[in-house]
Amino acid sequence: MTDQTALFEFLLRLGDNTLVLGHRVSEWCGHAPVLEEDIALANIALDLIGQTQMWLGLAGEVEGAGRSADDLAMLRDVWDFRNLLLVEQPNGDFGQTLMRQCLFDAFHVELLTDLTHAPDDRIAAIAAKALKEVTYHLDRSSETVIGLGDGTEESHRRMQTALDLLWPYVGEMFTADTVDDAMHTAGIGPDLTALRSRFDTRIDAILAEATLTKPDSIYAQSGGKTGFRHSEHLGHMLTQMQWLQRAYPGATW
Amino acid sequence: MTPDLPTIWDWLDQVPDPEIPVISVVDLGIVLDVAWQGDTLEVAVTPTYSGCPATSVIAMDIETALYDRGIRNVRIKTQIAPPWTTDWLSDKGRAKLADYGIAPPSPAGGPDTCPRCGGTHLTRISQFGSTPCKAHWRCDDCLEPFDYFKCI
Repeated sequence: MTDQTALFEFLLRLGDNTLVLGHRVSEWCGHAPVLEEDIALANIALDLIGQTQMWLGLAGEVEGAGRSADDLAMLRDVWDFRNLLLVEQPNGDFGQTLMRQCLFDAFHVELLTDLTHAPDDRIAAIAAKALKEVTYHLDRSSETVIGLGDGTEESHRRMQTALDLLWPYVGEMFTADTVDDAMHTAGIGPDLTALRSRFDTRIDAILAEATLTKPDSIYAQSGGKTGFRHSEHLGHMLTQMQWLQRAYPGATW
Repeated sequence: MTPDLPTIWDWLDQVPDPEIPVISVVDLGIVLDVAWQGDTLEVAVTPTYSGCPATSVIAMDIETALYDRGIRNVRIKTQIAPPWTTDWLSDKGRAKLADYGIAPPSPAGGPDTCPRCGGTHLTRISQFGSTPCKAHWRCDDCLEPFDYFKCI
């Protein structure tokens, strides 16, 4: 794998994570339990889609095949997506959505923090911009996980169920493959082992305050960021997200 | 005749933010640079939040305003580094926000006083408000809800 190919793949991972999670979160628009949460979710989705434009825009530039951020988002199929399995998981109930958000935000904050030091100015600039927004996302998702975990018997039960369900998707974030290794060697990508320990510190503190029990299994699902095997949910999501460009190719506002 | 840069900054200071029309795009601190490149005026603009839907409207409003002043060639350059911060809001802009009923950003992480009654007993309702750049608060003195311009 050339450095350029690894960089392209790495940027797709960054952009596909924010795109898929952004779309998932936007599915709440008009359905959240209270108006304030509806607005919050829509705003978070908006931040993530904005970050997607920057990451996929840069990916297209690096690829050099003339594909725009829109082309990459709307005209690729499931097997070309490079997002983590975690972010494509369905919303479930509100607690499950916020648990997924919190697990991803805790990883995202650490990842972006490292990327602000990337020798490639374009990557460092996007990371610095996104980090401000994502820090705010983590504030909110962790507060909500704590509030619901340490809430009523029912909210506690739902949050523990969500954590047990989503925990097997955490390991993939920190399992390095050839792309991660190449990017780390190039001084761009993070040391995923060190990242994991910073993630664990954050998540352990949040879960303790939320009175939730971290599953002791280290089993990790894989196949999202490599594109080898996405879960069945991504295809269903893409049929919603991409239908307009599929039905009316090249349509613009 | 080519207008000089202070004149152009003055014109830009009359372009309202589409979401919060009481302040200008210059007050908001999103116009980073204005420079002539030959006969083309290059305006560097930075987004507040990366997904802010007003970004493209702002670019169009700036182009239109300059066109109306007779500048035919305008190039809007989006520049994301250094990332926008609420520290770049002008003092004039902060005062106008407060007059309009939006509490200006404060390093303490929340509003100092209610923009309506000046009360100091304030409760955060939601970390997000009507736009990405605002949060939703309530004054427990006058009981009115209000927007707070988040500090980032």
